[in-house]
Amino acid sequence: MFVPFVYELRSRGVPVGMQEAINLAEVLEAGLHDSSLEGFYDVAKAVLVHSETHLDDFDQAFLKHFKGVEVQAKKLKEELLDWLAEAKEGMRELTDAERELLEKYDLEELQRLFHERMNEQDERHDGGNKWIGTGGTSPFGHSGAAREGIRVGGAGGNRSAIKVATQRRFRAYRDDMTLDVRQMAVGLRKLRALTRDGAQVELDLDATIDETAKNAGELEIVLRPPRRTNTRVILLMDVGGSMDPYAHLVSRLFTAAKKATHFKELRCYYFHNCVYGKVFEDARFTKPVRVRDMLADCGPHYKLIIVGDALMAPYELLQAGGSIDMNEEDRVEGIVWLMSLEEHFERTCWLNPEPEKYWGGNTIEYIRQVFEMFPLTAEGLGNAVSHLTKGKSARNAR
Amino acid sequence: MTEANFTRFRGTDTYLTSDSLEAAVNCALVLERPLLVKGEPGTGKTLLAEAISSGLGMKLIPWHVKSTTRAQDGLYVYDTVQRLYDSRFGDGDVNDIRRYIKRGPLGQAIESDERVVLLIDEVDKADLEFPNDLLHELDRMRFHVDETGDDIVAKHRPVVIITSNNEKELPDAFLRRCVFHFIDFPEPDLMRRIVAVHHPDTNSQLIEQAMKVFFEIRGMRRLRKRPSTSELIDWIAVLKMAGLTDVKLDNKLPFLGALLKKEQDLVALADQMSGGSRWRS
Repeated sequence: MFVPFVYELRSRGVPVGMQEAINLAEVLEAGLHDSSLEGFYDVAKAVLVHSETHLDDFDQAFLKHFKGVEVQAKKLKEELLDWLAEAKEGMRELTDAERELLEKYDLEELQRLFHERMNEQDERHDGGNKWIGTGGTSPFGHSGAAREGIRVGGAGGNRSAIKVATQRRFRAYRDDMTLDVRQMAVGLRKLRALTRDGAQVELDLDATIDETAKNAGELEIVLRPPRRTNTRVILLMDVGGSMDPYAHLVSRLFTAAKKATHFKELRCYYFHNCVYGKVFEDARFTKPVRVRDMLADCGPHYKLIIVGDALMAPYELLQAGGSIDMNEEDRVEGIVWLMSLEEHFERTCWLNPEPEKYWGGNTIEYIRQVFEMFPLTAEGLGNAVSHLTKGKSARNAR
Repeated sequence: MTEANFTRFRGTDTYLTSDSLEAAVNCALVLERPLLVKGEPGTGKTLLAEAISSGLGMKLIPWHVKSTTRAQDGLYVYDTVQRLYDSRFGDGDVNDIRRYIKRGPLGQAIESDERVVLLIDEVDKADLEFPNDLLHELDRMRFHVDETGDDIVAKHRPVVIITSNNEKELPDAFLRRCVFHFIDFPEPDLMRRIVAVHHPDTNSQLIEQAMKVFFEIRGMRRLRKRPSTSELIDWIAVLKMAGLTDVKLDNKLPFLGALLKKEQDLVALADQMSGGSRWRS
């Protein structure tokens, strides 16, 4: 019951292994769960989960696994004992520390403790502490609200772990959902590269000591330039039209990028639907910048991030002069402009707020052939950033 | 390890805990592993370490991590510059290297004669590699001073509390060694009790109204930085000082600066209040 639960977690992508299972066995042995499912829920959560992004998975696995277990709780312990015995045999795979840890247990002593506690459990259970809500209909009432109940002297109350798990309060922290400014800032933070250049203002202690020693003890100060971040980023954002539903999402990304202190330079431009000869410095399209000028300004070492839904009428992308603005330069197809952007920069990526399942059968397909595309979620942003930080690669190698 | 020699953490008079937080702290105590606490800013992550220290009667050694902090600084610092200086100007015995080894917070905690609580505050502020560099020391609770050849081993494994604001992803190897707890935002019920602890003699009508306004503001989707517990407590303190007895959510909310810290958020709130939809949310 306890081991399958660990596998249930694994199947949901929560990274739990031997270490966690042994830890759980140890805290259960110390009686931290108070012989109740609620206690087990709290303790298991603390030991098995290492990141808030997995809390929701944990709740779901817990729900699936422990719904309607009522009386089986005793079995949990027996199985745990069996498991501990097994673990003792299969110790070869363990590290020294783990072995030490297991050897502290005397199996008989352990069994005695467990039986004692099981008896306690029965008494408490009979005493009317309904720790699994069988009525199950009122999510709050007497147990739900007591979820975070603090016991200043008083008793714990009838809160049920199943009910707690049912509430799925950690859903918002999943990392495959769309994200807030903070998460975006975290994602972007990985996009940095430190180099030493510029004025020599930092004392290089090791070199100073070396030089001083060579100089027969006369002080010889060696200076070096401080480590600075050297990442330059261009953010190209699609605004208006079909992007309106995602305006808040894009504005959060914009905020996060602006706030990021680890970019040496951040340039933000706007476009509508597709990039043609010009991009704009403001979202109202009053300050145009010619793409050719932009490319001339920014070397290939800039990282290009395009944010857009890549949805448009096919002619806007594929026909020359698809843009309304009639200029000489706009006589080139949108897709050609996109390709020239992709060719100019060493690393580029396209973030798409549209859910991934809608990425087929429209202009997104064409654009995906030009740019590496990632969904605008915490996971997608992370992947995009690691794609950007890799060095030069064979173009279009997928 | 039996229950007899193990004191459970139950929170303190001024720090209210939930069952799951207590469970996490106790797991960390039993497993003798670091407790990693995450959560929104202002939900009392740092205060937890103080509460554990006073609740269990152990000394607290805080280590506030900054962006320039290196793992080595936590163990010890070899003051080479001082030694160089002394060798030139002849102060003291330069040959005794131990005089120039200064213990950092982690070093002090390991060396201490009694069990202490070590707080590693905002571990995510430091460089990406920082947590990895600490792995061995936190695991074994021992370290080696290269300059003198001393091996320092903990007599009592310190209780280690690590807080993170989630500014950086922590490495998996580090996470695996920690007991994890995510301090969730308190429900109104718990919030009421937390406020009562901090403002015991305040007009209950004011508190009720302030809480109502607070949760309404928190519920607004357009805010970039949502106010949390510490902001509410500050705000009620200001309201109390100003002698106000009632507040309600309207255009002229007093001392809004205590709750909302971003200009855009103030604009968004004003916008919402006037019923307009100037911006999409």
